[in-house]
Formats: sequence, structure tokens, C-alpha cells
Amino acid sequence: MFAPMEGGSAGRRGGSTRSNESSKWDYVKTFYTDQAKWDFVKSVAFFGVAELNEEHTRILTARNPQAAENIIRYSYKDRIYKPIPHVDQLAVHYQMDSNLINKDSDDAKRQVTVDTATEGVEVGTASVGTDAETATKEGEDEDEDKPKKTAGAGGKGKKLTNQFNFSERASQTYNNPCRNRETFVEQTPRAVFTDNVSQWSIFDAYNEDFEQQQKLKEKESKKHTLKKDDDRKKKFVPSDQQAGDEFAKFVRSKTANISLKILERMINLNTFDDIAQDFKYWEDAADEYREQQGSLLPLWVFQYDMVKKLSCTNLAWNTQYPDLFAASFGSYDFLKQSRGMFLIYSLKNPSFPENMFPTDSGVMSLDFHPKHPNLLCCGFYDGSVAVYNIADENKRPKYQSTARSGKHTDPVWQVRWQKDDLDSNLNFYSVSSDGRVVCWTLVKSDLMYTDIVQLKLDKPTTETDEGVPLTTLGCGTCFDFNKQQDYLFIVGTEEGKIHKCSKSYNNQFLDTFDAHHMAVYAVRWNTYHPKIFASCSADWTVKIWDINYKDPLFVYDLGSAVGDVNWAPYSSTVFAACTADGKVFVFDLNVNKYEPLTEQIVVQKKRTKLTHITFNHQFPILLAGDDRGNITTLKLSPNLRKKPKVKKGQEVPEGPEAENAKLDKILALIRDPDAAKNKPTTQGATTTS
Amino acid sequence: MSSTVVSTQQAEIEETMKRIQTHKGVHGFVVMSNDGSFVRSTIDNSTTMSLTGLIRTLSDKAKSCVRDLDPQNDLTFLRIRTKKQEILVAPDKDYLTIVLQANEQH
Repeated sequence: MFAPMEGGSAGRRGGSTRSNESSKWDYVKTFYTDQAKWDFVKSVAFFGVAELNEEHTRILTARNPQAAENIIRYSYKDRIYKPIPHVDQLAVHYQMDSNLINKDSDDAKRQVTVDTATEGVEVGTASVGTDAETATKEGEDEDEDKPKKTAGAGGKGKKLTNQFNFSERASQTYNNPCRNRETFVEQTPRAVFTDNVSQWSIFDAYNEDFEQQQKLKEKESKKHTLKKDDDRKKKFVPSDQQAGDEFAKFVRSKTANISLKILERMINLNTFDDIAQDFKYWEDAADEYREQQGSLLPLWVFQYDMVKKLSCTNLAWNTQYPDLFAASFGSYDFLKQSRGMFLIYSLKNPSFPENMFPTDSGVMSLDFHPKHPNLLCCGFYDGSVAVYNIADENKRPKYQSTARSGKHTDPVWQVRWQKDDLDSNLNFYSVSSDGRVVCWTLVKSDLMYTDIVQLKLDKPTTETDEGVPLTTLGCGTCFDFNKQQDYLFIVGTEEGKIHKCSKSYNNQFLDTFDAHHMAVYAVRWNTYHPKIFASCSADWTVKIWDINYKDPLFVYDLGSAVGDVNWAPYSSTVFAACTADGKVFVFDLNVNKYEPLTEQIVVQKKRTKLTHITFNHQFPILLAGDDRGNITTLKLSPNLRKKPKVKKGQEVPEGPEAENAKLDKILALIRDPDAAKNKPTTQGATTTS
Repeated sequence: MSSTVVSTQQAEIEETMKRIQTHKGVHGFVVMSNDGSFVRSTIDNSTTMSLTGLIRTLSDKAKSCVRDLDPQNDLTFLRIRTKKQEILVAPDKDYLTIVLQANEQH
């Protein structure tokens, strides 16, 4: 814009305005020869003096213009990207590594002292040389020289290596040649040890430790050797690497026994799977259509080779394990007497008995102790009684009565455990054909007997005055103890009489019933009612009695000799009977007082007599034993297990009181026939279910 | 006294084993101990070997599973039902017993 115009400017002064300005500048420019000054003047002219005089403050900072302004770094503490607070503003302009040290620094001072020490030594040697020359002259100066000397000598303290007084000697020792020698040691035997650690292995370890501690405590307190040591020693026989010993170890191990037993049961469960399912779940649906009739479903049949020819003489359920029962086998035939046996069966293994106890003579009866489920007392055909511990390994009885210790002279037909006596000794009763009811007490290792009652026959009416009348004894065949009043019991005889007796009176009976025409095979008190009992006999009848009345309340004719009758444990009005033609009858007095609910043949072969029948306490099954050594299990159908219907809203009465009341109601109806006639409708209501 | 006790138990065990082997439907019966040596077998060697090895691991796993859930519990029995047969396994502290039984045809 301000294009400098050279020369010729004077000629244009008097021109246009534009040319006026430009000419003005040209004129002014002639005064400034320096380009810089001319630029300044131009800028002054451009900006104006006022503007130029403004104070522009310029701040001198130590900021490095080259440094970045916004450096972001990751902060591990805050776990985010953050700008760093202060950027380094240091700018290095020039850097060089050299070997110059500052005069005043420590390094420099050290170096100076080292240098002066070397100089002093050189000075010392020079002064020694001059000393020798001026020794005579300057004797006094020796003193002066001495400090120099000492200084020099001090300098000389550092050993100098020069060619005059330094020699270095070195020698090399003989290096033995290296030889390698190796030897192999016999490898230490190694074994790899691995194990898994889990919660239960720790638990096991703790348990073991605990048991060990307990044992130590016991040993300290008791200080007698445990009998199990012998067995344990047997197990730890060092095993050879032969399968024979391995097998031997296996058979000795007790846990193997248990696992084998479990296995056998499972196999049986598989084989008899449908029976097991029926046992648990089958409810006969046809019962809905059969008004009052019920049925018995046959389940398992327990057979065993060795008892095929023997009759089942008694059945007893274990008090503690509801699936365990004992069956005794003997012979009812007078002529064919041989050995006998009793077997312990479990419902879980129907193909083989859990335990077998062979005996010398036929076992006629047995009973489990209510409190000690491993104790079994049994009565034999030869008149002796014995007590067995079925948990015992050997099959010998714990106690046995002998001819001297009061054994019966005739077969013992029934035995029954009683409550412990005052000295807390176990005791049981037995009844036999020799007419005695005997109480046996287990005192330490002996069996002591006490005659309780002698079944005396009534004297015949025609009696001669002369001679001493002999008291003949009747033959007892069965007895039962009242459940509520322990001292009261009833005895059935072969003559057909039933005697009511008490434990405290041994001379006479409290009462006698002329019950049957033939031998009474079983008498049973009702499970709930304290006054009712049932009896069955070879004269084909089953009779229900009240203890206070001479006449039976109910009489049922079953068409064949009745082997056994038994009340149901779940109801006071249900009972079952089995006969010699292989039939099982089940009655429910609450439903039908005159007819059985079920009449069913349960044996497989004809002409098999049923000898005993019993209910299970927990499951709705019956066990029936016959004279071919078979025991059949039967399941009761729902109709047989019915509880009386109540109207809606009423509470269902449970428990023994209700059962008693139920029976009482029926008995009342029986005894009061007038009332029964007047109320036919109510009677109908109570008997339908 | 103890020796007679042991022998009756031994007799009992042998009888039980015999009964199991002759039970209806049982194809095979194997007993083996925990350290690998087998005690008794009624099936051929190669099958026994493979069977025991595999069953051993399965039984251990099942036992571990049961005890991990509740250390006071323990495995009593293991049953494997296949199309052709049923394998029953009874594990024990020292031994393992295996039975092969045919399936019941309904």
C-alpha cells in the first residue's frame, strides 16, 4: 500500500489527494534512512500514537511452551482416566556428560588430597638428596629437615612399587587333573500318594480322632481289655498275594456281611417286585362294589426246605422291628416226633430266613420279649422250655430247663413273657398238657420255676366214700394274660373248659366256663376291651365271651376245626380265625355280627391245614402258618380295615376308649334284645358302613 | 471261642454268596476289594476288569456326592437299570459287591 516511490516525488506534490498522501509519505521517508526506524514510524502511523502508548503487559512465565497442556493418565487409585494435575515444565536446552568436577564439592576435595600426597612424596625424595650434601653445614637445620623427613616418611608409608625395591613372585600350584566318578545308590522306594479332600473326608477324620479319644478315656477309667481285640487281630492277618487269603479276609469282615445281606434283599426286591408294590400300595378297588365283603390278597409265601415236613406251630412278630417275625416248627402228630426248628424271617427277604435255630424236639410255641427284642422264649414238645438270644452267634439256648429243674412232663403248648418281677428279673409263663401253669424266672444263669396253678379237674359226681380221691389234672392247651390287669389270666384246656385264674391264687380258679365240647386251641383277650375274650376249638366253633357272663356272647360255626383266633391290633371289633380246611375268616362285629366279612382259602395244596394266624401291628397284613411248613402273607383289603363312618362335623374318635365304647355299644345291643327290636332303624344305621 | 464265631460267620457269608449266585435272574456276581484286587467273580476276566474299574469310579462319585450334601449321611446302595439288565452295587468300607440281574419282564 505504501509503495515507496523513488525520486520524482517532488514533481507530484501538487497532484490529487491520493497522490497527496503518497507524496507526503515519500517526503517523510527521505528523513529516515534506516529501514527499521522507517517501519516503526509506519506502524506508529498505522496504529496511532494513542494506541501505541497503551500498556501491553507481558508476563514472563516459567511455562514451557513445548510441554503438552493436557496429559491424561490412568489413575489406578480412582480407576478412571484423569488429567494429571501438574505437567512438568522443565525444558532441557543443553546436556553434556563430562569429567569436570566442581572445586568445592566433596569429590574434588578428596582428589586434591590424593594429588598432594603424591607431590609430597616426590618432594621428600628430593629433600633427602639435598640433605646428604648439606649435612655437615647445616647441622642445625636437621631439625628443620626432620619434620620434612617425617612428612616425607609419612608419605613413604604407602609402599611404592619401583624397580629397585619391588619384586613380585608368583608360582602356580600343581592343578590336579579332574576325574569324574559316579555311583548309583539303590533307589529309595517310592510310592505315589494321592488323595481327595472333601468335606466328608475331613468329617471322617475328625470322627475317628474323637473315637480314639473316647477309647483312651474308657481305657483309663475301666482298664479292662476289650473282647473285640481278638476279632481285630484276626482281621489283620498279613495277607499274602494270593486270592485264597484275600477271600478269607473278605469272609471274615463283618461289614462285608452286612453289604451282602443288603444286596440279597435288593435282589429279592427285584424278583418279587410286584409283590412288594402290592404290599405297599394295592388297595382292592372292588371293595367299593362289595358292600361289606372284603378280601385277602396273598403276598409272599415263606418256605424253607428243612421244615417242609413240619407244621408251623406258632408265629410271633418282633416287638421292635415290624418286619421281623419268628416261626416255630414242630409236629402235632403224636406218633411222628422228630427234631424241630424255629426260623426268624424278615419281610424284606422272602426267599430265605434270616436265622435258623435247629432244636432237638419240636418247638410248640415261642414269644418275643416286649422290651428286649432279641430274647425269645420257647416251649418244646418234650416239655422243656428254653430262652434264646437270637443275636447270639451260636445257636444254643441261653437257658434251658431240665428234668431236675421242673420241666413239664408233657408238651408245652404256650409260653408268654411277663413284666419283670420285683427284682427286675425276666420271667415268663408256660402252660402244658401236664396240667401245670409254671412261672420261670431268669436268675443270673439259672432258670427257676414256680408252679402257679394246677388245673385240677372237677371231681366226678359219683364218688366213693372209701379211698382217697385222687386229684387228676386237666391238660392245658393255651392261655392268655389280660392286657390291662396283669394278674388275671385265662387258661383253655383239652376238656373244653376255660378257667379264669389269678397269679396270686394258686389253689383254685376264680371262675370256669364250660366253653367247648372239644379241646380249646386258643383263647385271646380283646386288644382294647378288658372284659372280652375269644376262644376257638376243635369243635368247629369260635366263641366270644364276656368275663362276667357264663354264656358266650357270640358263637360262630366255621365248618372245620379252628386252629387259631386272633384279635386285630387296630380295632376292638375285628378278629380273624383259621381252620383246618385251609380257610381264613375275618369278622368285624361292628359291621356284621353274624357273618364273616371274608371267607377265603389261602393254601395252595388241598388238605393243608392252617394252624396259626396273626396280625402285624404296623402293616395291614396277616400271617398264616400251615402244616406243610409254609407261611403265607395276606393283605387285608380296605373293607376289612374300616373305621366306622361318622357324620360330617363330628370328630373321628380314636384310641382305646373309642374302641371300647364301640364294643360296648354292640354288646349293649346284644344284651338288650328288646331295645334292639324297638329300634330297627338305628341298628341299621350303625351296622352299615 | 472267637475262631468258632468267625467260622460260623464265614459259613454264613459263603452260604449267602451261594444263594445270591443261584438266585433267579442273577447273571453275574463280583466282589472286589478297595485296593483293586478282586475276591470273587462269576464272569469272565476281561469283563470283570472293565466292570469293576468303571463301577468303582461311579460308586465313589456317588458316595462323594451323597456325603458332600451331608457328611453324616452315607451311600448304602446303588442301582443302575439298563435296557438289558440291572446292575446292583453295594459299596462297603473295604469291599465293593456287584450283582448283575436280569430285568423282570412284566
